[in-house]
Amino acid sequence: MLKNDGIISPEELSPVVPPADRLARGPVAIIECLQDIPCDPCVSACPVKAIKMKEGITDRPLLEFDTCTGCGLCIPKCPGLAIFVVNMKHTPGMATVSMSYEQLPVPEKGQEVTALDRSGKDVGKVKVVRVVNPPGYDHTAVITIEVPADQVNNIRAIRV
Amino acid sequence: MSRNTEVFVIGGGPAGLSAAHVAAKLGAKTLLVDDSARVGGQLIKQTHRFFGSSNRDAGIRGVTIAEKLQQDIEEVSDRLTVLENTAAVGFYHNKEAGILSQKAYERVTYQAAIVCTGATENSLAFDNNDLPGIYGAGGVQTLMNVHGIRPGQKILMVGSGNIGLIVSYQLIQAGVEVVGVVEGMPTIGGYLVHASKIRRLGVPIYTSHTILKALGSDGVTGAMLSRVDEKFQPVPNTELEIKCDCICLAVGLTPLIDLFQQAQCRMVHVGELGGLVPLHDSAMRTTNPDIFVAGDASGIEEATTAILAGRIAGARAYETIHGKSPQAEAIVAEAREELRTLRSGSTGERIRWGRERVLKEVGEC
Amino acid sequence: MTSLRIDKHPVLNFPERKIVNFNFEGKQYQGFAGEPVAAALHAAGIRTLRHSPQKNRARGFFCAIGRCSSCIMEVDGQINTMTCITPLAEGMQIRMQKGHGTIKA
Ligand SMILES: Cc1cc2nc3c(=O)[nH]c(=O)nc-3n(C[C@H](O)[C@H](O)[C@H](O)COP(=O)(O)OP(=O)(O)OC[C@H]3O[C@@H](n4cnc5c(N)ncnc54)[C@H](O)[C@@H]3O)c2cc1C
Ligand code: SF4
Ligand code: SF4
Ligand code: FES
Repeated sequence: MLKNDGIISPEELSPVVPPADRLARGPVAIIECLQDIPCDPCVSACPVKAIKMKEGITDRPLLEFDTCTGCGLCIPKCPGLAIFVVNMKHTPGMATVSMSYEQLPVPEKGQEVTALDRSGKDVGKVKVVRVVNPPGYDHTAVITIEVPADQVNNIRAIRV
Repeated sequence: MSRNTEVFVIGGGPAGLSAAHVAAKLGAKTLLVDDSARVGGQLIKQTHRFFGSSNRDAGIRGVTIAEKLQQDIEEVSDRLTVLENTAAVGFYHNKEAGILSQKAYERVTYQAAIVCTGATENSLAFDNNDLPGIYGAGGVQTLMNVHGIRPGQKILMVGSGNIGLIVSYQLIQAGVEVVGVVEGMPTIGGYLVHASKIRRLGVPIYTSHTILKALGSDGVTGAMLSRVDEKFQPVPNTELEIKCDCICLAVGLTPLIDLFQQAQCRMVHVGELGGLVPLHDSAMRTTNPDIFVAGDASGIEEATTAILAGRIAGARAYETIHGKSPQAEAIVAEAREELRTLRSGSTGERIRWGRERVLKEVGEC
Repeated sequence: MTSLRIDKHPVLNFPERKIVNFNFEGKQYQGFAGEPVAAALHAAGIRTLRHSPQKNRARGFFCAIGRCSSCIMEVDGQINTMTCITPLAEGMQIRMQKGHGTIKA
């Protein structure tokens, strides 16, 4: 359970996973921030206002799945590194996961890296398909990796 | 030598910098002293993006927030003097205080003082807790993020509050292997997003565990952990030996309050705020009418709230000297509203409760 | 200089500083000018800074900001110097002090 070991269980995750038909339409964010904390940079980061906090800053972020375009601009703004964008429409059988990465070395496009699950377990090699690391992101790179479609909600980090 | 100022701010963390900025901007002659080599307080050690309100710089790194606050104070440098490497060492009667730098001891006469001295770190009792290689979280951060030196190769973190979790992440960024985070409570103390962030990089979080002893003779070579029951007593035969070359203690902060006691401010013990804090009203004024407080010194909280309370204290200190001002009132009203929303919700409950107790006791005295 | 020095950090940049020589218990070491003495010693692999007065236990630094006195040493003949806030300079002579140290005549 998340509050005992830091690992989000499938049951805890399910409310923030977009429905199957939304996932099938292409890139969309999954915001794995499940606790009421006084934090809100994700809200102002979204250009289409898809992230809402009903009760103000201490509320959990709520994503309007149909408004989200999957642009990924919220990813590097989140201090919890809790936002991922998944794209199930990548290629048949394969999906992509985009995530923040703030370590060295920063991988390059095309490089093979080790994929890790939520407990840090090595779950195999994956290919980096995109690296976005402009000065405006201030050393938080957004890395997109190509993963087997059934791993899209399991892989949450990389080791370079 | 002696110095004369209207507003005297002690401590240049986010609270003190904000208080000094507001007081000077409104027009008060202001002096700020900080006993470290560089103002910024905790912020200059923080490489992570801050949680908090994006109105008040959340989402950017602590070090960057420090730079922004420093630019703010430069804007008012004609009215604000900043002395680094200078400690406030005592309050005397008649609105006088003493400050000490490497060069000299000086007297300061002021009309209102704002004490923003932040907090000190708690320690923890266990066998061998004095071995070289056992460091406070602040010490680890100073060594690593200010001086660019790793504390060791493999480190064990004790405490899963936000500081333990965030410093673990910073250690990983600096290239140190974090072998685990130990927590006596059955649940993680800090924000769960920070816990998940290190967990998915392979750091185990041992909840319901304690450190029995540090291993090694003239330096740490490991640690002995054990499971604890609901009464925090070690459970026999659950010992677990972990190899590491250093241990980091992140077991809480206590407000730094020596100066308030000297200034004869009434103190109150509020567990939710980290221990003894000076009683203060909603203008951040203590029971000594010339002395205000803001930031962690008034109760352990966060940078965003320290900035807002600092703004309130700066505005009110200005008003006690120059009389009522609509600009000061506007700053206070805005900061109050932001504080209210920040402290709402379930995670703010503990703080809200502690703050209410401080206000209630002030009303009664 | 040693493996404990961070030469590349994902977020921070550490400015270039001048290398200076110092002496610890009779041996020569190098560190950066202006960094705290305790930091330079730590980077050189020295963690034991003194021995406690009563039980003669090894002690290192703890708070690193001049609050706990765990790091006191003899620096250029001056005993009880808090080395975590004393800037390193060329040619410094640093020694461990046993207990409360002895003041030289
Ligand atoms: C690891 C870590 C992570 C954190 N992450 C976050 C976060 O993500 N978001 C957030 O909002 N908050 C965060 N915080 C909390 C935040 O940093 C503090 O709440 C905030 O810095 C408190 O501000 P302050 O001005 O009260 O005190 P400080 O920042 O502690 O500053 C106090 C200053 O006063 C000086 N001083 C003390 N005594 C004297 C004296 N006698 N004379 C002169 N100067 C003196 C000190 O040297 C220091 O510079 C974090 C803290 C830590 C340790
Ligand atoms: S991915 Fe883009 S559209 Fe979706 S929530 Fe994030 S910023 Fe908004
Ligand atoms: S910015 Fe990240 S951690 Fe903060 S509320 Fe949004 S999702 Fe949660
Ligand atoms: S380590 Fe605490 S005073 Fe130097």
